[in-house]
Amino acid sequence: MIKIVNYGSGNIRAVGNIYDRLNINYEVADTPEALNGANKIILPGVGAFDETMGMLKKSGFKEILEELVLIDKIPILGICVGMQILSEGSEEGDSEGLGWIKGKVKKIDKNLLLHKPKLPHLGWNSVDIKKHSKILDSVDAKTGFYFIHSFYFECQNPEDELTSTFYGKNFSSSVNRENITGVQFHPEKSHHNGISLLKNFSQL
Amino acid sequence: MLRSRIIPCLLVHNKGLIKTVGFKEPKYVGDPINAVKIFNEKEVDELMVLDIDATVEGRGPDFELIKNLAIECRMPFCYGGGITTVEQARQIIKLGAEKLAISSAAINNLPLLKEIGNAVGMQSVVVVIDAKKRGLLSGGGYDIYIKNGKVKTSINIKEFLLELNEIGVGEIVINSIDADGTMKGYDYVLAEMVREWTDVPITILGGAGSYEDIKNLVAKFKIIGAAAGSLFVFKGKYRAVLISYPINDEKATILNKK
Repeated sequence: MIKIVNYGSGNIRAVGNIYDRLNINYEVADTPEALNGANKIILPGVGAFDETMGMLKKSGFKEILEELVLIDKIPILGICVGMQILSEGSEEGDSEGLGWIKGKVKKIDKNLLLHKPKLPHLGWNSVDIKKHSKILDSVDAKTGFYFIHSFYFECQNPEDELTSTFYGKNFSSSVNRENITGVQFHPEKSHHNGISLLKNFSQL
Repeated sequence: MLRSRIIPCLLVHNKGLIKTVGFKEPKYVGDPINAVKIFNEKEVDELMVLDIDATVEGRGPDFELIKNLAIECRMPFCYGGGITTVEQARQIIKLGAEKLAISSAAINNLPLLKEIGNAVGMQSVVVVIDAKKRGLLSGGGYDIYIKNGKVKTSINIKEFLLELNEIGVGEIVINSIDADGTMKGYDYVLAEMVREWTDVPITILGGAGSYEDIKNLVAKFKIIGAAAGSLFVFKGKYRAVLISYPINDEKATILNKK
């Protein structure tokens, strides 16, 4: 069963709505214990980095996620700030990230953006697929996904980059290492591309 | 490459959808949930839903409506109407909206805007400004109105825009009261003014009467939000209610990607 982590951050409902429509079973895990029996995990997240990490720790989800993801190797998908916290840390705050994928989260450099608007990076942008993954099956890279963020993931290892997107410069719009995947964009709000991605994830 | 956004803007009044002209003459155009279902099928870039009763009636957001809209929306969804507290803002994001549109509350209270930004992320905070041209005798320029264009404020629009930019709000929607419902094209002077004084994403609302109008706006500003009400809900000169949205080919032409 797919379990969506409800630790107080992020748009739980929108992801669930897509799975409802696809007739794919999922559960919202309101407590760490509720993650037992998960064979896929979705980690949403919106808001500030430190606040998000704080909520993950306070809710008690961090320890069990580490066990399920790092030891049992259950596939996990982090969305937006849920992706950013997979990193080692962010310029946005002082908290350490989960550190599951090597890299830092940085603020988009306004000076690299030659035209207005500058921040946030808002709207539909294309992706450039950097490595093969089943999760991107039938995704139209040119149409891309919906983004809304001012910070981005900078991978330390180029092989962890799943897609890149240009906004002032190329950044990692999605990352992947073994069973761990993170997407900066919002698949739950990206029409057929997002639906494909969430469906592919459920079938990993 | 990042693309401009083409955004239907729906107004909720007495639980139904309406469209106005110059913020007056409301005409019923349908059921909100039904409209969202149609816009899903048309794969719209984003959707904006504004409850125009909430502030005027002095009540908070209609959470039941937001919940039902969010369940249906498979595209990014911005809700506005009656938001005056951080708790309401949190609740709306939790229900599944990506963005909150704040108008009256922001204009009276910039610290509140910052507090809401801290709670839900500033990128999710959208400020809607209803602007109306001043008469030439008053020296030209624009005034900011609140409460559906009924109350004129004394706020200096330039200073306000500069402040919003400084705070770093996620987006500014500029709504031309003069152009509303006329379908005679956007107010480019107003749009240019907002673009000049801010560098956050902006969306222009009011006046779009054809895809050509949107194309012209995009040609001028490159990356911009082009919002419209009448254009996406009316058909023909008798304004028959029919929901429409550019199909992929038309969109590519509008965005000059063909």
